[in-house]
Amino acid sequence: MELRGVIERINGSLVITRFEEEPKIGDLVEVGEMGLMGEIVRLSEKTAYIQCYEATSGLKPGEPVLDTGKPLVAELGPGLITTIFDGVQRSESTLWEIAGPFITRGIHIPALDRERRWHFEPRVEAGERVVGGDIIGVVRETEAVEHRILIPPGLRGRIREISEGDYTVVEPVAELETPWGERQELRMMQEWPVRTPRPYKERIPLVAPLITGQRVIDTFFPVAKGGAASIPGGFGTGKTVMLQQISKWADADIIVLIGCGERGNEMADVVTHFPKLIDPKTGEELIERTIIVANVSNMPVSAREASIYLGVTMGEYFRDQGYDVALMADSTSRWAEALRDVSGRLEEIPAERGFPAYLADRIAEIYERAGRVITLGSGERIGSLTILGAVSPPAGDFSEPVTTHTLRFIGTFWALDTELAFRRHFPAIHWLRSFTRYLDVASKWWSRFDPRWEEMRGKALELLEEASEIEETARIIGEKALPDEQRLVLLIAEMIREGFLVQNAFDEVDTYCEAEKQVALLRALMEFYDRTEPLVRKGIPIEKIRGLRVVPELMRLKERRGLEPIERAKAEMEREVRELEEEYREAI
Amino acid sequence: MVVEAGLIYRTTREIRGPLLFVEGVRDVAYDEVVRVITAEGEVMGSVLDVSRDWALIQVFGETSGMDLNVGVRFTGETLKIPVSDELIGRIFSGSFEPLDGMSSPLSTDVRDVHGGVINPAARAVPSEFIQTGVSAIDGMNSLVRGQKLPIFSESGLPHNRLAAQIARQATIPGREEEFAIVFAAMGIKHEEAEFFREEFEKTGALSKSVMILNLADDPPIERLVTPRIAQTIAEYLAFDLDMHILVILTDMTNYAEALRSISIAREEIPTRKGYPGYLYSDLATIYERAGRIKGKRGSITLMPILTMPGGDITHPVPDLTGYITEGQLILERDLYLRGIYPPMNVLPSLSRLMKDGIGVGKTRRDHADVSNQLYMAYAEGTRARGLVRIVGVVGLSERERGYLEFADEFERRFVNQGYYENRSIEKTLDIAWDLLSMLPEEDLIRIREEYIKEFHPSYRGRG
Ligand SMILES: Nc1ncnc2c1ncn2[C@@H]1O[C@H](COP(=O)(O)OP(=O)(O)O)[C@@H](O)[C@H]1O
Ligand SMILES: [Mg+2]
Repeated sequence: MELRGVIERINGSLVITRFEEEPKIGDLVEVGEMGLMGEIVRLSEKTAYIQCYEATSGLKPGEPVLDTGKPLVAELGPGLITTIFDGVQRSESTLWEIAGPFITRGIHIPALDRERRWHFEPRVEAGERVVGGDIIGVVRETEAVEHRILIPPGLRGRIREISEGDYTVVEPVAELETPWGERQELRMMQEWPVRTPRPYKERIPLVAPLITGQRVIDTFFPVAKGGAASIPGGFGTGKTVMLQQISKWADADIIVLIGCGERGNEMADVVTHFPKLIDPKTGEELIERTIIVANVSNMPVSAREASIYLGVTMGEYFRDQGYDVALMADSTSRWAEALRDVSGRLEEIPAERGFPAYLADRIAEIYERAGRVITLGSGERIGSLTILGAVSPPAGDFSEPVTTHTLRFIGTFWALDTELAFRRHFPAIHWLRSFTRYLDVASKWWSRFDPRWEEMRGKALELLEEASEIEETARIIGEKALPDEQRLVLLIAEMIREGFLVQNAFDEVDTYCEAEKQVALLRALMEFYDRTEPLVRKGIPIEKIRGLRVVPELMRLKERRGLEPIERAKAEMEREVRELEEEYREAI
Repeated sequence: MVVEAGLIYRTTREIRGPLLFVEGVRDVAYDEVVRVITAEGEVMGSVLDVSRDWALIQVFGETSGMDLNVGVRFTGETLKIPVSDELIGRIFSGSFEPLDGMSSPLSTDVRDVHGGVINPAARAVPSEFIQTGVSAIDGMNSLVRGQKLPIFSESGLPHNRLAAQIARQATIPGREEEFAIVFAAMGIKHEEAEFFREEFEKTGALSKSVMILNLADDPPIERLVTPRIAQTIAEYLAFDLDMHILVILTDMTNYAEALRSISIAREEIPTRKGYPGYLYSDLATIYERAGRIKGKRGSITLMPILTMPGGDITHPVPDLTGYITEGQLILERDLYLRGIYPPMNVLPSLSRLMKDGIGVGKTRRDHADVSNQLYMAYAEGTRARGLVRIVGVVGLSERERGYLEFADEFERRFVNQGYYENRSIEKTLDIAWDLLSMLPEEDLIRIREEYIKEFHPSYRGRG
């Protein structure tokens, strides 16, 4: 039902409107003569507080407001993949065609192209019974993605008619007869209110890690498919690059990348570079499985708030088709600031740092939408949604509210470190301050490559930790004064850092590291320690160990293709160690 | 300024700092420009909050001395400026009044100073290397055309000289196109503005520049519009007239303070150090106007300058700026006191767009690796320097001593250079290799072996 109102007051993005009758909270509205998009965020009888998704300058009290009677919904159907949307699901490529390179206000375009035809192939036959969540047909949306057309949640009945053919998203592809004898046309497009989680049958345990090809993540701090992770860090510590790396290389079926209140050029970078990259798994262009939401920092703040929900809804929709979806939100801090902005204008009582008291709840609601589920529909289709969120703490200080609250709702924490970033140790994920709660899941998966995986990983982390304690001492007495056993720990820690943890996103080879290679590298490094530690204990000077030719080679293995160089280095290590033993036989 | 006649209200009920609260108004738009008429003349303002019968106005000039009898005229327009190629070579005040004795510019083409948002889908990724001739920038934090790269400094450091040197020397190797400059001053001293004017005059850049000056003794609130006027002009020159524009905005800290004073007067809930929660978004609406657009020849490269109060990089203004811009160049007092010009600490400095601007066909294929290795080695060296304070040089291992020496030489020979010294990128990289050859070769693990073989001094001339 549409309702009319009149603007009473305009304070930035907040527009206070008096309606003829009481509207609903959450309704989408068109504000002013320009028809700006907005949403009702608070209600006091007939007076509605509207957060406007477009700039309000020039708007006057007295101008009309139209309540559409519908909440903010996402359109779901073929045409989502490869599209770059703004925070309220307008295609930015289409906006560009219509209005030129600058975003113009008051343009209403549907999210999914209404003209484009897709080839629909039925997967059920007339006469079959179907329920919400069932797949009635498929569309090859891109080379990489088969889009499965689902019966919308809540609907059920018998298929009366269905036929293969080329359809637009709004043309009926089938007809359903409900148990009450009503006939209902089925279309490829469905709508879903973005703030409501999409339903599923059951949550099920997480069983596999999301493999990203990034060593520090996969080996040390993995996230499970269906899990949630957070990557906080000051500016320039590598949040965006890491989320882009994961978008590129993660073994997910669908990627949703949300640029929330961040740079326009970063989104342009994704659009420009992704199509040139080939998925190592499918051989298809990486863009062919990616949906982008680009709500950049100079767009109106309130649409930023919506953009995350939009992205999550699109992610859930593909999860419901039985896919593994990975969603990146860069940055959730900008989303939280949008909440704060609206809250401030509503004159709500602030909690910490001006954020509303419900901040923690809202963060929880978002990460709760991650998970691995049995989807609706007959059968046991499994899908997952993994949510990875960047956090941009002011002054890089992790004690601020968004970081601390996020910490409670995620399973993996990638703590970025400024000092590491300064020395261009990227990814600057700090090994002592990060954690994962998915180690069990990961161990099971990795043990297929090496039954001792968990032990090796543990040992490597232990050495890194020990090294940092030794460094503390070295800071006071100097490295020279340390016993050689400790200096060996420093050496091996350096080798793990340079030879394993450091991974240049822009290196042609090292941008992605296969699981087999990760294990082999780690094993080689740990074997080096196991071989040399007894020597040092027997009194062979550390300088001799550091001087081995295999030391720099071990640190360079990551940049060499394949596993063969690793085997060669290990043979070389064996030879050099023997020589050293030989040399010192007498002394020992 | 485009100003139209309108009713004059004398119904101001309250004056609080830079804000006027006016009652009984009709038909006023949010963000509309107003003229506040006093005995001394007119000042501009704009509507911050409006209801059916009152409006809250921020005044871009002095309100001290005003009484409740001031006249307030609503112009029916948001803030717009006329644009044409006749702006080139002109000097204006921070609110666009001519300061060069010439008449106010006229044009039928008027642009809203808030500009539009460049559609992310229409952005072209900046990727053309700009040679500034400054090694610390070109070698390790390369600037590209269309980038926004601020200088974080402290008062008393030579950030103005560095900006002027960049403006003078910046070229795209192999091309003769030069930058035109849009310069906006916010609250800087007369002599500083004069320094820039003279520098631009010397190089002939002045005739291609536009200067917008709000100086230390000009009304602080006016600073809210100054950078927006500059960016509006830059957009016109870049995207309508196909020019390559370098925008210098100085000092953004003064801008942010003006924003803070409005926020305090409105009794908004502050987040850090009294700054409002929307400082990030507000700064973004200025900075994000830089860039390139697909299908357009021109570009806006942006170099904001800001002084960090107390040299504190965690202060909200540098902090939020760093979150928006594509990197930062950081000047430090410590280096300055040791006589290094430019006193740039490369470690916390960053250019995020460097990767697209360097390498084969742009600079040299070893560039990325060399830069990476310099970072690592210099970080190692500064760590050793910290150790010396505790254990003395004798307490260092031989390896640490090598790095310490490297760090000193790196600052002295690579970072340090003359104000008129314009180094080619080859020269910069050659100095880098000379320095790296001080280190054991097996330590150069951030550099591909093939590049070591090709560029390392100890292999040179050995085919
Ligand atoms: N994995 C990486 N490999 C190489 N360089 C990196 C990597 N991560 C970050 N960087 C460098 O750090 C810069 C800042 O990273 P970015 O992800 O944009 O930081 P943030 O999003 O935290 O501000 C990048 O422009 C790049 O130069
Ligand atoms: Mg980022």
